[in-house]
Amino acid sequence: MSKKYIVPEENYYTKDHEWAYIDENIVTVGITTFAQDKLGEIVYVDLPEEGNKVTQNEDFGVVESVKAASDLLSPVSGTVIEVNDSVMDNPGIINDDPLNDGWLIKIEMDTEKELANLIRANEYIKLIEKES
Amino acid sequence: MSEVKRTPLYDEHIKLNARMVDFAGWSMPVQYEQGLRYEHDSVRNHVGLFDVSHMGEIRVKGENALKTVEHLTSNYVEGLTKGKAQYSLLCNKNGGVVDDLIVYCIEPGTDYLLCVNASNREKDFNWVFENNLGAEISDEGNFWGQIAVQGPNAYELVERIFKNFKSSDLKNFEFLPTTYNSVQCIIAKTGYTGEKGFELFVDKKEAAKLWSELLDKGKDLNVTPVGLGARDTLRTEMKYSLYGHEIDDTTFPHEAALSWVVKAGKKDFIGKEPILEAKEKGYTKKLVGFKLIGRGIARQSYLLFSPDNQEIGVVTSGTMSPTLNEAIGIGFIKPEFAKIGSEFNVQIRGKLVSAVVVETPFVKPS
Repeated sequence: MSKKYIVPEENYYTKDHEWAYIDENIVTVGITTFAQDKLGEIVYVDLPEEGNKVTQNEDFGVVESVKAASDLLSPVSGTVIEVNDSVMDNPGIINDDPLNDGWLIKIEMDTEKELANLIRANEYIKLIEKES
Repeated sequence: MSEVKRTPLYDEHIKLNARMVDFAGWSMPVQYEQGLRYEHDSVRNHVGLFDVSHMGEIRVKGENALKTVEHLTSNYVEGLTKGKAQYSLLCNKNGGVVDDLIVYCIEPGTDYLLCVNASNREKDFNWVFENNLGAEISDEGNFWGQIAVQGPNAYELVERIFKNFKSSDLKNFEFLPTTYNSVQCIIAKTGYTGEKGFELFVDKKEAAKLWSELLDKGKDLNVTPVGLGARDTLRTEMKYSLYGHEIDDTTFPHEAALSWVVKAGKKDFIGKEPILEAKEKGYTKKLVGFKLIGRGIARQSYLLFSPDNQEIGVVTSGTMSPTLNEAIGIGFIKPEFAKIGSEFNVQIRGKLVSAVVVETPFVKPS
């Protein structure tokens, strides 16, 4: 029954199934392969605007499949510096490539300390094994 | 909570790698491998198979059968001739809707089959039993499997299985009792998608065989199995009511735009007086179809607001229409906002998103 999901080691993860790629103080955020598979075909995405403030563990947007809406929780606090407009126009990109072209926003994070509240790949793999 | 029940097609769904969910106490496929959109489009363009074996069947027989069904349901049963079916409602004593159903007339006066929603099987059976006027009532829910075959290619596919059957022999809402592999079967020209098609009742012993044969013989017709996810988007595009969304025990039929199945002028039935009284007083809400103008998707229980910010209604169903690629919804709204073209707002996660009342069905089937 259990599927293999790609879970890159270099990323940080939320327990809510967002990934965060850290490059100095810039955090790129998306949803995991597990999340996109569980959601099914994504038909709508709502994301914040550049310059908006986001807070760790609070929602910054939503992804919706035909069946259901799912809040997006921010992995860190900070300021949105870039938004992936192409997924707003074509949400299917998130299903096709959630880890690369399907990224959602880039955040300039306020403090690296918050990374301690995130989990790493090995722990995330255990989490999705439990949930699937 | 008792154990999750399985339909006679459970093993077929597993073989097809369906994603199974618990729906109304039944383990049901929500979608198969190719996904909801593919399944939805297949029904609109080719043909899809749905396992609807979880639906309930109640048989009402005997010399008091007509009297009992007439008393229980809102549509005019006496007008049904042999082999005809009708959409109808079970109403409660306050005029609210216990469930919607299809009444099949097997023998006028003495033999009717009621097909009810999975989520209400027990409630409906108890209701029918308590309000029986002397008929023989039996729960046939565990006898029948049920497969819906829906889409432009449905007629051809079913004709390939039933050799002497011609789709043109049946009009919509007519049915034919027959056999499949020497067990009982009913071919009914009914459905819940707006497309051409049938609902096939079959003795559950042969349901899996019928399912496999439909898949096998329909390959060149692009047949595909369809889960509950697409079943819901297909019915929403047609603005067909779903119990628990557009209708429930506190909703009057006329409010849900179902007056056409309430024949109060022709007969008595449970709930008739309160329904007439409520209608006399005037509508407090109307059921409309709408499209979002702004970005978002309206979901059940989201609130509707007038342009001057008064609360004026609630969403009953909403989705992204796979056929139109537009966000569509169904909802109750105050009568003064129910006209086609009327604009209002839907509150989506705290934000007001503009919407407009449109003609329904949202999609005109082939």
